[in-house]
Amino acid sequence: MASLQSNFLGIKSPNPFWLASAPPTDKEYNVRRAFEAGWGGVVWKTLGSEGPPIVNVNGPRYGAIWGADRRLLGLNNIELITDRPLEINLREIKAVKRDYPDRAVVASLMVPCEEGAWKAILPLVEETGADGVELNFGCPHGMAERGMGSAVGQVPEYVEMVTRWVKETTRMPCIVKLTPNISDICQPAHAALKGGADAVSLINTITSVTGVDLDLMAPTPTIDGKGTHGGYCGPAVKPIALNMVAQIARNPITRDIPISGIGGVTNWRDAAEFMALGAGNVQVCTAAMTYGFKIVQEMISGLSEWMDEKQYTSIDQFIGGAVPNVTDWQYLNLNHVTKARINQDDCIKCGRCYAACEDTSHQAISITPDRIFEVKDDECVACNLCVNVCPVEGCITMETLPVGAMDERTGIPVSAEHGDWTTHPNNPSAQAAE
Amino acid sequence: MSQLNQGSGVVSARLQANEYKDNFLDLHPPLDPHEALVAADRCYFCYEAPCVTSCPTDIDIPLFIRQIATGTPEASAKTILAQNILGGMCARVCPTETLCEEACVREIAEGKPVDIGRLQRFATDTLMQTGEHPFVRQAETGKTVAVVGAGPAGLACAHRLAMHGHAVRISDANLKAGGLNEFGIAAYKSTNEFAASEVDWLLKIGGIELDLGKTLGKDIYLEGLLEDFDAVFLGMGLGGVNELGLSGEEKDHVIDAVSFIHDLRQTKDLSTLPVGRHVVVIGGGMTAVDAAVQSKLLGAQNVHLVYRRGRERMNASKYEQDIAASRGVNIITNAEPTRIIGNGAVQEIEFSYTVDGLLGLQRTDDTFRLKADQVFKAIGQSLTGVPSLLKIDGRKIAVSENGKTSHAKIWAGGDCASHGDDLTVTAVAEGRDAAEDIHRTLMA
Ligand SMILES: Cc1cc2nc3c(=O)[nH]c(=O)nc-3n(C[C@H](O)[C@H](O)[C@H](O)COP(=O)(O)OP(=O)(O)OC[C@H]3O[C@@H](n4cnc5c(N)ncnc54)[C@H](O)[C@@H]3O)c2cc1C
Ligand SMILES: Cc1cc2nc3c(=O)[nH]c(=O)nc-3n(C[C@H](O)[C@H](O)[C@H](O)COP(=O)(O)O)c2cc1C
Ligand code: SF4
Ligand code: SF4
Ligand code: SF4
Repeated sequence: MASLQSNFLGIKSPNPFWLASAPPTDKEYNVRRAFEAGWGGVVWKTLGSEGPPIVNVNGPRYGAIWGADRRLLGLNNIELITDRPLEINLREIKAVKRDYPDRAVVASLMVPCEEGAWKAILPLVEETGADGVELNFGCPHGMAERGMGSAVGQVPEYVEMVTRWVKETTRMPCIVKLTPNISDICQPAHAALKGGADAVSLINTITSVTGVDLDLMAPTPTIDGKGTHGGYCGPAVKPIALNMVAQIARNPITRDIPISGIGGVTNWRDAAEFMALGAGNVQVCTAAMTYGFKIVQEMISGLSEWMDEKQYTSIDQFIGGAVPNVTDWQYLNLNHVTKARINQDDCIKCGRCYAACEDTSHQAISITPDRIFEVKDDECVACNLCVNVCPVEGCITMETLPVGAMDERTGIPVSAEHGDWTTHPNNPSAQAAE
Repeated sequence: MSQLNQGSGVVSARLQANEYKDNFLDLHPPLDPHEALVAADRCYFCYEAPCVTSCPTDIDIPLFIRQIATGTPEASAKTILAQNILGGMCARVCPTETLCEEACVREIAEGKPVDIGRLQRFATDTLMQTGEHPFVRQAETGKTVAVVGAGPAGLACAHRLAMHGHAVRISDANLKAGGLNEFGIAAYKSTNEFAASEVDWLLKIGGIELDLGKTLGKDIYLEGLLEDFDAVFLGMGLGGVNELGLSGEEKDHVIDAVSFIHDLRQTKDLSTLPVGRHVVVIGGGMTAVDAAVQSKLLGAQNVHLVYRRGRERMNASKYEQDIAASRGVNIITNAEPTRIIGNGAVQEIEFSYTVDGLLGLQRTDDTFRLKADQVFKAIGQSLTGVPSLLKIDGRKIAVSENGKTSHAKIWAGGDCASHGDDLTVTAVAEGRDAAEDIHRTLMA
């Protein structure tokens, strides 16, 4: 059986599934239960400086959007960092690490953007025996208004500066957690690298308003008639997170920095996808908050079954496996032709493919009076919309036309040559192929 | 079912008082709001949805389900009622397993259709519980229409005509409106006086006058109606019942199933309704099944339903047959009654087995007898008192599209008319379509 053993920055864990810094890791009780359930590691809920603890709103603190059957797709929160005293958290971290030496325990930190504040907390964390620190430059609400969290993460110079303070003070591995509320994720990643970070983790939550209470005429979650933006996470943010991970993993300047992948990881497959795009491990929050700690069992069994099937014996064998295939639009092969194919045996005749294609796309699906749906090859541009809307998985597939076959839409046979935008005649700045 | 009174003969109070209530509970209990959301989520919002094509009233099913899913059940009810003003009753009595739900793509995909009938009930119940009527009557046109029969066909026709601003008078031989909704549908399909409250709610459109206790051919005449009104719609259903034509048919406790059900529906305290210990029902349609099942629910010990042809030819759907079987009704097929035996009251009934071959249905020499202290005949209803003015097609009033009869001022629909399949929902569709045609004709 495949080994899921993970070694991230020298921090060992029996599997690459860590709980992200969030309510699931806010106290000893939770973390012990998580470890009993099988989680490989935790990033403790973000600690702040000594002094009077953080104050949270009483709530509601979360908002959500749902899919069919009220399956939670996206979660939004307005909680701040831990609201428990620093000493208690530190004592608990120490106790847990002592009892679970084989699991990863990383402390997440967010203190004011002053050298003294960072240099004061690090020795206290070291004392606990924690395996490393994660710098929270990500929270988009509450703390940002006080010059912390994403207020730091959005300014690459600050990211670099704080990272450097940390690296000067401690020999613990340092992970910099990035905010997605920025236009080019590679810039803060590069800044972290320059500051000496050992890794980046991403994404933190995305600034969001979940909804509006139409009776109160106020955003949700609503506290005494008012609402504020929160941070969005859960399955809905996974595509955004995957893209950001991939951008860092393939950028020549940032590609060597290890990545901890976060954002919508809900099952083993999500985790494998993040890792294929270059994440050395993954962190999970919303899925655990939705279903409890037990989901890690499915992640463990699913990943190891898939690895066996693919004959991977260790996770390093597929980490980053998909990175070489992430490219820019301009390099995609314009000569590659596919057509949608409907498997009539699987089709349940709902007509959704027809409505979608007829009303909004290319009028490339025909319908007969007895509801046989077929693709018109001379109209199909292979947009994939029918595949996306068909309720039966695998019923519509995209078939690649072999070289030499006629594309009935263009009247041009499929070419064996690669031809992309850089050399396309319609591109004013095209260079002639050599 | 614990029998209180297992004695022979046709007697009342066979069960404990509380058992009646349990036995006659809603066949399809209403969905609660959570169940409705879960059920609504299963709909794929199909294009030109097959379920709609299979609904005789063409309710926009994907739309009304989406309206439930998005938290607007009253808008959903309006979608339903705009096509089918008796959408509440249809949600309870439609054999959905052979209509919309049979065609649902999720029946094809998983053998488990979207719960269309109960979702329809959820939406219509929600709206009707507000007591409000969702439609507004157009300005008076000054035109008048006479409707004969206050069953589903007549009610649907009258409502649509009233909506268009015409003045409608519905005459019915009964003292209560509703037709078979009130007197025929099985008690466990229409509970809590739903039929009567639906009629009251429907009449809130205004412009409809109910003229009860008036029989066409006795108290009122077609000729008179044609003189007094601009148009006439006939929706008098099938008033007669077919006879077996057997010796012994006149014996006591050999009655037609429709009148047994009629009594049952009008009995407030079911423990006062007598039923046999050994009941035999003859027939293979919905009426036969309903009579058999309800006898069983009243405490009959042995109930046999005997049909002369094979099971596949029975008019009752497979689902209805399963209900009968699950309530303990024994279904015997390919057997025809030949003799009713008894001294004053029926005691036994003799059957011959049949073969249904190239020569049609033929009796064999193989016979058997069933004990019977009550026999229900459910071998079909027939049209009675057809006005001589009108052309007949087979045994019903001949109609062309939109219920036009052979007379230019008379329309017909529902069970009495030649189209259709003797279902509540079909009667509603025909009444509605005739009303639209009458409206077009009157306003032309
Ligand atoms: C026992 C039984 C169970 C049934 N179960 C179902 C079921 O579960 N689902 C389903 O879809 N269908 C069922 N049906 C069929 C359904 O009830 C009928 O198809 C439907 O009621 C027909 O409607 P209608 O308006 O044409 O006639 P009816 O409902 O029969 O109404 C006709 C009305 O006309 C009146 N009338 C008759 N003659 C005269 C006259 N001469 N003068 C004045 N008024 C007159 C009657 O009093 C009656 O009120 C059942 C039928 C029966 C008999
Ligand atoms: C296939 C596709 C193509 C789109 N192309 C464009 C585009 O060319 N220009 C544009 O401004 N927005 C484009 N959009 C964005 C949409 O206009 C819209 O802003 C976006 O889909 C968000 O709205 P929605 O999710 O509510 O549909 C496109 C969206 C889709 C799904
Ligand atoms: S999840 Fe627990 S703490 Fe949160 S609102 Fe519900 S009961 Fe209260
Ligand atoms: S969407 Fe899929 S199942 Fe529905 S008609 Fe099209 S191919 Fe068939
Ligand atoms: S066929 Fe079924 S899934 Fe499709 S619209 Fe009708 S109820 Fe919905």
